[in-house]
Amino acid sequence: MKGNEVIAEAAIKAGCRYFFGYPITPQSGIPEYMSVHLPERGGCFLQAESEVAAINMVMGCAASGNQVMTSSSGPGISLMSEGFSFIAACEIPAVIVDVMRGGPGLGSLYSTQGDYFQVTGGGGHGDYHLMVLAPGTLQEAVDMVQSAWDLAFRYRNPVMVLADAFMAQTMESVEITEKRADPGEISSWALGKRSERGGKRSVLKSICLNPSQMEDLNDRLQAKYRIMQKEALWETLEMEDARMVIAAFGTPGRISKTAVKKLRKRGYRVGLLRPKTLYPFPEEAFTELPHSVRHILSVEMNSGQMVRDIRALARKDIPVSHMGHAGCAIPSSDEIVVSCLEILEKMEGAEG
Amino acid sequence: MKEVKVYSRPSLWIDGVHTHYCPGCGHGIVHRLICEIVEELDIENETIGIAPVGCAAMMYNYLDLDFIESPHGRAPAIGTGLKRSNPDRIIFTYQGDGDLASIGMAEIIHAANRGENITVIFINNAIYGMTGGQMAPTTMPDQVTTTSVHGRDPKLCGYPVRICELLSALHTPAYIERVSLAGPSYIMKAKEALRKAFKFQINEKGFSLVEVLSNCPTNWKMSPLEAFRWQEENMIPYYPLGVYKDFQQGGDEK
Repeated sequence: MKGNEVIAEAAIKAGCRYFFGYPITPQSGIPEYMSVHLPERGGCFLQAESEVAAINMVMGCAASGNQVMTSSSGPGISLMSEGFSFIAACEIPAVIVDVMRGGPGLGSLYSTQGDYFQVTGGGGHGDYHLMVLAPGTLQEAVDMVQSAWDLAFRYRNPVMVLADAFMAQTMESVEITEKRADPGEISSWALGKRSERGGKRSVLKSICLNPSQMEDLNDRLQAKYRIMQKEALWETLEMEDARMVIAAFGTPGRISKTAVKKLRKRGYRVGLLRPKTLYPFPEEAFTELPHSVRHILSVEMNSGQMVRDIRALARKDIPVSHMGHAGCAIPSSDEIVVSCLEILEKMEGAEG
Repeated sequence: MKEVKVYSRPSLWIDGVHTHYCPGCGHGIVHRLICEIVEELDIENETIGIAPVGCAAMMYNYLDLDFIESPHGRAPAIGTGLKRSNPDRIIFTYQGDGDLASIGMAEIIHAANRGENITVIFINNAIYGMTGGQMAPTTMPDQVTTTSVHGRDPKLCGYPVRICELLSALHTPAYIERVSLAGPSYIMKAKEALRKAFKFQINEKGFSLVEVLSNCPTNWKMSPLEAFRWQEENMIPYYPLGVYKDFQQGGDEK
């Protein structure tokens, strides 16, 4: 199975029974798979007239407590962002997959990580956040898609799984088990459950014309985001005595593991810190770096986006630089090794 | 002489609240009709309303029903998601002319064309109310608004959009009717049309839409009575009242 199909099947095995989406490369495999397999399993697939409509169909479906998903890529994610803001403001649980492609504009159909700013910042208007999960392998994509609804229901917040074109087209063996999400207690807020509430209605809204109401909504959301911080996940490799750290998520995170192994084999003290959640960002991992660390290299398939979050967190005496391409070229492990060696040589020169 | 009570507030009208609408506005009337119909059909536990962006954004402050607030124009898409996952619930959208006929044109056309089994209540008062009287897609030729201060010029921005005519050109919709609020007899007919639309949904006939010609005395710069007259004299001739599609009465086959 290709990555797109793996993601779709993992969602169905997690209990997703509704999908509303719009075709866009490189994620069309997800709606195609859903269109065949959801009706077979008692669900509903509907091709929306646009990404704008798709995310609003998701909002309506999710507002009654259903497990629903949509997926898209760059330009479509931009169109959906209005809906993200409303879903987050109304505190409705939903799952979105972004299969990143090149941008800005119509961009390219190949892999980049150019959506980092957009999705970690929420995407739409106002003070809100999506929870953003960033798998590095297809197996991790399976696990993250399957945990996405648990998180969405727990926090009543939209959760995004951030994949890329490379991942979507990759074939590798994965294990997908039935792992039903736990919606928890939904009858207290979900629409259409008035009888279960003893005739008490539910209103899901975000308008706050009164300044104190507006402040209350934002205070509540920010308090939730602070609690959400405990969901931050990251992976480390060879960090104990590392003089240099590669920071990378998603596909470059996977490739950087090979680069670290190659550098260690040659005796260089290089480690890897791979954020698995981008919101919440693994702040603690970057504020509590080993004392041995003298440089961080952020390897990203963009012009340097995550690097800014790292600079804000790392000790001020640690230089943080960026390496990567924004033109859809996936960095090879050897290319990463060469960049590291250049930095290590300069460090030794300065210290020597 | 014995006193006879001829009118009571519907029980779904939230106790003690008064609307924020201007004198002569039609929203309060249509809200009341919805309450009465939902009560009469005994579907209050099943009904979910979708509020628009516009003057009626906070209509859930008056109607005691489950509600969700939609982004501008997207109510038919939200209704699609709700109905597809809750086919036994009664879903209605409530949308103004800017919401439905301008920013939400794609969503309404496609929901109608898919035959979504929802009820759309479309309030056409030929102007943007909440934002302060700007030109709507349904603003009449020569009608003065804050963005057409010399009157709507069809050479610049076309003629008003006739939604019932547009949607009834589609094969799938089941029931489309245009009504008016320009006086008590009109309002009684409007109630019948709205009831019929809800019954279409209950009987799973498919997409139903009632366009309600309404007033906006404040932004039309008229008294409520002048507004009723203006609507009758200017809007009804351009927006003819009546049934545009009725699948039950042997209209187009689905």
